[in-house]
Amino acid sequence: MTNKTDKLVIGGREFSSRLMVGTGKYASFEQTAQALEISGAEIITVAVRRVNLDRSKESLLDYIDLKKYTLLPNTAGCYTADDAVRTCLLAREAGMSDFVKLEVLGDEKTLFPDNEELLKAAKVLVGEGFTVLPYCSDDVILCKKLEDLGCAAVMPLGAPIGSGLGIRNPYNIKIILENVKVPVIVDAGVGSASDAAIAMELGCDGVLMNTAIACAQDPIAMAEAMKLAVIAGRLSYKAGRIPRKLYANASSPLEGMFL
Amino acid sequence: MKILLNGEDTEQSDGITIAGLLTHLGIGLDRVAVEVNQAIVPKTKHETHLLSDGDRIEIVHFVGGG
Repeated sequence: MTNKTDKLVIGGREFSSRLMVGTGKYASFEQTAQALEISGAEIITVAVRRVNLDRSKESLLDYIDLKKYTLLPNTAGCYTADDAVRTCLLAREAGMSDFVKLEVLGDEKTLFPDNEELLKAAKVLVGEGFTVLPYCSDDVILCKKLEDLGCAAVMPLGAPIGSGLGIRNPYNIKIILENVKVPVIVDAGVGSASDAAIAMELGCDGVLMNTAIACAQDPIAMAEAMKLAVIAGRLSYKAGRIPRKLYANASSPLEGMFL
Repeated sequence: MKILLNGEDTEQSDGITIAGLLTHLGIGLDRVAVEVNQAIVPKTKHETHLLSDGDRIEIVHFVGGG
């Protein structure tokens, strides 16, 4: 099993699981709760939205044991630094925690980050005492800037949000890993368990996903697959893989051949 | 008096507080955040903050998201 001392530390807090899971797009709140449980995730993302004034509607948090999870409110849907900051301030008031997943989007089609606005918002939020985890492009210069501003982690995308295209540029992720000291968490793009394992084998500190689990044909089974993939990928990274070679290298000894 | 509540025009009693409004709406005081005219009013002030005619109120909470 995983080394018990191999903790993920973000903003001074320790986590045993390196899989972070979103809570959107599930068929029901029951399914959300079950998938979260099976995934083993300790950090779960939520969005900040208007309360439905129709009292008959149930709320997600009625189904989630808040003692078991650290809520990571996001700024999904924000296209300016001002909107993102406003959302984070509301999230802190609603949840009484400083953790935020900061995303400032550039356009609706790609949902790629607007990195200029992201940096502006990150600066304000760090100043306000937030533990900022920014969703960002897989660009080492940007990640270093976010780290320098005081972000607690960087969360480069593997591919567009909800695309399931996997880690499209593993070399960029590798360069980020070699040049920033804060945890690097691949956020967005994972489609299957192998994608999560690839992120972890690159040396990422964690993986954040939502659609890959919530929209799988069997979200509960996929939640378990992702849990195992993240553990396997982490172990594989720590174990140290063999170098890639072009030609074969026999596993059975040549000595003692009798033919 | 008229209050714009989560984007909808509503009629509320004069002299209502935020806590009064939340109770009237059946919304638990926990895990919501309230903005009046784009400024957050902390939970500690919900009992005392009186709403005024024309106020724009946002009451938000956490929903599923990625």
